[in-house]
Amino acid sequence: MWQIFHKLGSPKWFFGIASTLMPWLLWAGVAMLAVGIGWGLAFAPQDYLQGNSYRIIFIHVPSAFLAQSVYIMMAVAGLVTLVWRMKLADVFVKSVAPVGAVLTFLALFTGAVWGKPTWGTWWIWDARLTSMLILLFLYFGVIALGAAISDEKSSARAVAVLVLVGVVNIPIIKYSVEWWNTLHQPATFKLTEKPSMPPEMWVPLLLSVLGLYLIFGWLACLRMQTEILAREGRTRWVKELVQAQGN
Amino acid sequence: MHPIRKKRLTIVLVLLAGVSVAVALTTYALRQNINLFYDPSQIAEGEAPVDVRIRAGGMVEEGSVLRDPESLKVEFKVTDFTSSVLVEYTGILPDLFAEGQGVVAMGRLDENGRFVADQVLAKHDENYMPPEVNEALEKAAGKRAAMSGAESDAAASY
Repeated sequence: MWQIFHKLGSPKWFFGIASTLMPWLLWAGVAMLAVGIGWGLAFAPQDYLQGNSYRIIFIHVPSAFLAQSVYIMMAVAGLVTLVWRMKLADVFVKSVAPVGAVLTFLALFTGAVWGKPTWGTWWIWDARLTSMLILLFLYFGVIALGAAISDEKSSARAVAVLVLVGVVNIPIIKYSVEWWNTLHQPATFKLTEKPSMPPEMWVPLLLSVLGLYLIFGWLACLRMQTEILAREGRTRWVKELVQAQGN
Repeated sequence: MHPIRKKRLTIVLVLLAGVSVAVALTTYALRQNINLFYDPSQIAEGEAPVDVRIRAGGMVEEGSVLRDPESLKVEFKVTDFTSSVLVEYTGILPDLFAEGQGVVAMGRLDENGRFVADQVLAKHDENYMPPEVNEALEKAAGKRAAMSGAESDAAASY
């Protein structure tokens, strides 16, 4: 078992696996996202209270969901960096941090656009919105710290510590709507109960969440490959790969 | 697992536990500031300060909305089904504002226990459904009410 784990850490091995996976991730992701968002925006029924404006959830929920999942994945990679000193884990953290930041921004932005007609305000300092804003700043912090330290090893460790400290924010985001009084409504989807939404609304929503996951997977592979090429430019396998592509 | 890695893992886990405890204690100490609004029971018990800008939140009580025909002034009661507080507001209400809907009002509590609001926000709940379903639900509820009404009428005629 440990052997597979260490093999996973080899950039060359990962590069090959990523190349085979990427087309599948991309096309399956694009198809699911197109069906999910198309269905959600055009065919799903209106909401009895909000009318059409609720449709923004088909973009808001997937991006907010992914924004938090990406951070959890980064925290796991950070743990691997600190304990096993695996280079690939740091490559993952550095590659996906900007993606996570964009997703968090998208969640905050779509939320604000929805909040204006529904609540009557773009922004309110309630626990859910504020903790989500902290997540955005954590992503910015990870990107900035990673770029500020030029030594690869110390940069990896510093970023890993920051990511791990910040992971405390994730349960706060999740449970903020239950622990405190907030303007943001509680979760529509719970693991133990039926969603408080009919299937013709939650099926397209689920499709767009899964589609966005797959597209994230593709984007992560692509960005990690780029990062690996930049870091391992002097090794023999990269030179051979580049020569093979050149011919 | 290699002993060095085991040691590193322990250090990381201890760090994580320490940070979690620190954050938990901080948020616990600040809980009154993190809560966005006071609910009507807290106001009734006198937990909310008088003449300080605060928020009050709850459900708009059925049949409590009074609109001034001459101006934009509105009065309504906000309830959490144990106590309620009278809210006075002048201005445009959000689209979702209705009796039986959640609201969060920002303003000051005066000495008489009236809440003078300068901003009213609608609070949406986690339920979504198509309009037809809602109509069907209301119809069913109406039928049930009519039936129980008929029964009590029948009982009264005896």
